[in-house]
Amino acid sequence: MTGMLPPGFRIQRETNTEEFFINMGPQHPSTHGALRLALRMDGETIVELVPHFGYIHRGMEKQAESMSYLQYIALSDRQDYLTAIQNNLGVVIALEKGMNIGVPEKAEYIRVMLQELGRIASHLVFFACFGGDLGGQTCLLYGFKEREMIHDILEEVTGSRLTTNFFRPGGSRYDVPDTFIPRVKAFLDHMDDTMKDYERFLSKNIIVLERSKGIGILSKEDAIAYGCSGPVLRASGVNFDVRRANPYSIYDSFDFEVPVTYNGDCYDRYTVRIAEIHESMKILRQCIDRFPTEGPWRAKEKPVRLPVGRYYSEIETAKGLYATYVVAATTGEKPYRIHTRGPSFPHIAALNKMVQGHKISDLVTILATLDPVIPEIDR
Amino acid sequence: MFVPSVTNPIGDFVRNLVPQVTAYLPVAFQSETLDSVVAFLINAVICIIAVCAVNIGSAPILIYMERKVCAHVQCRLGPMRLGWHGTIQTIADVLKMLFKEVYAPSGADKLMFYTAPMIVLIAPFMVCALIPFSKDLVVADVSMGIPLIIAVNGFGVLGILLGGWSSNNKYSLLGALRSGAQIISYEISFAMILLFVVMISGSTNLMDITMSQQGTVFDWWIFKIPVLGFIAFILFFISSTAEMNRAPFDIAEAEQELTGGYHTEYNGTPFAMFYLAEYIALVTNSALATTCFLGGFHAPCIGIAAVDNVLNMVPGLVWFFGKVFFMIWCYMMVRWTFVRPRVDQLMDFEWKFLLPVNLVLLTAGAAWIAISG
Repeated sequence: MTGMLPPGFRIQRETNTEEFFINMGPQHPSTHGALRLALRMDGETIVELVPHFGYIHRGMEKQAESMSYLQYIALSDRQDYLTAIQNNLGVVIALEKGMNIGVPEKAEYIRVMLQELGRIASHLVFFACFGGDLGGQTCLLYGFKEREMIHDILEEVTGSRLTTNFFRPGGSRYDVPDTFIPRVKAFLDHMDDTMKDYERFLSKNIIVLERSKGIGILSKEDAIAYGCSGPVLRASGVNFDVRRANPYSIYDSFDFEVPVTYNGDCYDRYTVRIAEIHESMKILRQCIDRFPTEGPWRAKEKPVRLPVGRYYSEIETAKGLYATYVVAATTGEKPYRIHTRGPSFPHIAALNKMVQGHKISDLVTILATLDPVIPEIDR
Repeated sequence: MFVPSVTNPIGDFVRNLVPQVTAYLPVAFQSETLDSVVAFLINAVICIIAVCAVNIGSAPILIYMERKVCAHVQCRLGPMRLGWHGTIQTIADVLKMLFKEVYAPSGADKLMFYTAPMIVLIAPFMVCALIPFSKDLVVADVSMGIPLIIAVNGFGVLGILLGGWSSNNKYSLLGALRSGAQIISYEISFAMILLFVVMISGSTNLMDITMSQQGTVFDWWIFKIPVLGFIAFILFFISSTAEMNRAPFDIAEAEQELTGGYHTEYNGTPFAMFYLAEYIALVTNSALATTCFLGGFHAPCIGIAAVDNVLNMVPGLVWFFGKVFFMIWCYMMVRWTFVRPRVDQLMDFEWKFLLPVNLVLLTAGAAWIAISG
């Protein structure tokens, strides 16, 4: 095992009796999946950290080469399972660029609404895990409680709760049921009240403030250099959101803020996500007001075979920038290569920079605020 | 003849029983020394049975209660399937745990590994023997009750340190070291608050402390001294939570960080003993809070004769356990509400906040005694 570690990581027993090695994971309760962290420790203080991946590698990108494009949409659910519905859209947008297919207005509204519901669901899981990793087991249940309501809506619309497999080039698999808009409206009204409770639960709690302020600071330069995106990048003071910088779907027609904070510590990453939940709710309300009840929900044209070329799409999932790069070498149903750029990998890469000099308890806090999903790193 | 230190039903019972038992022994051995030896042994047996009954009997109830309180705080139902509202669930779990295979990890110091949970169990059992449950119901009514509790309560940390060290696991060792530092630090505040109670009540005997709170609710130590009593109660609550290694001060276990801390490697019966010790400590600390601040077994009289007569008709044992369970409920609500501070913040809190406040409190208590005479 020591052969896999970088040179400075090997602990010389004769010369260095202060430092010791701890293996955190892959079966550790706070590594959010099968992630293994090799820690060099000085007492409880972390000197160095090396993340190890690959425990649940399934070779998705290789599998995609022997699959049709539509089958790959189903596979994209299994990458970041918390934002499955958003991954679907990322793949679909890349395909649409090649197919030159138009998306009707109603389909676009369905997309945006499901995107924002997915974002709220993912951020609720973050809220739950953040509280849970700090030791407040009750938060864990509270976050999941509201997420269940979103999943109920998703179940009604897409037919499945977690792995949605919903969007198709030119629209989606089904039309939304009539109950969709009232249910989302009821959910938003419910969320308004519960978010107040949740914020009272963690945002102003003195122990949470003590444990998250000034912990795991990621500077603006480092965040850009490591390729961080999403809430982690915005918490470090970079105003970058794909929905604003490079709008896809109909995001340019909505009025919403991009929350940015400037300290880059754990508390800022928490507040950015909480603010994003509010912004997503704002977008959902605008969608409800303008939702076209009439009109087609998918394009008239049948999805055609993808012509030869290279197609790239990037979207903003709850975790950050999710990009899909499709290379079609022959006109057909199968890609030559599909590559996915997931947001969690750069975040874990930056982990070493953030944890040095902190305690092992802080590592858990920092890891929770990075909100990684390991299947998306391993793929 | 040997005379037990208290005059109570248990004492009378032992005094009656001793001649009957000694009658069966050979005449050649009959002497006053034999009487006292027999009396001592009978006493010991009664004590063990009584303490075991209270402790082991209360553990499943508490585990069930914790599950239900936790579940309802978290908008869940908790165990519902086995028995009425899941009442048999805990017993099933206990049985399952007892029948599991016991094994130690390779490289563990086997002797220490299996001794540790027993040592952890001793401390709460001994404290439990000192608590006056009712006017006539106290197993060991010693005059130096409070110092003995302070001495014995810190004993559990030895078991935790041993268990963590002998497991041959770095997480266990980290948990044990954290726990050692924590319990030894909070012991000071814990002892100081008890010292405050001793100072205002003028006795180290727990029965005397209880009797000094006779009267109405406003004679309980929590209310009897304006403001100071309440502050002392809150401080006791905090330091006893830390003393018990209970959330939010459960940094020794810290599931999210250390995967279970000192008992990571334990399973089956030894783990059950750690678990049991945790819950008995909950009972004893609540009982201590009840005895020192909430008037022990006295009814919560309010000074109106008609009401007080009705309240006094309820036996003291019921009042005592009612208050104990109220305290346990408070501990549980705190556990399921707060998040856990970091290990160094916990130490800072003790040495930079609790200890100075305690010193001020002691001084203020002394001033109050001087003023009120």
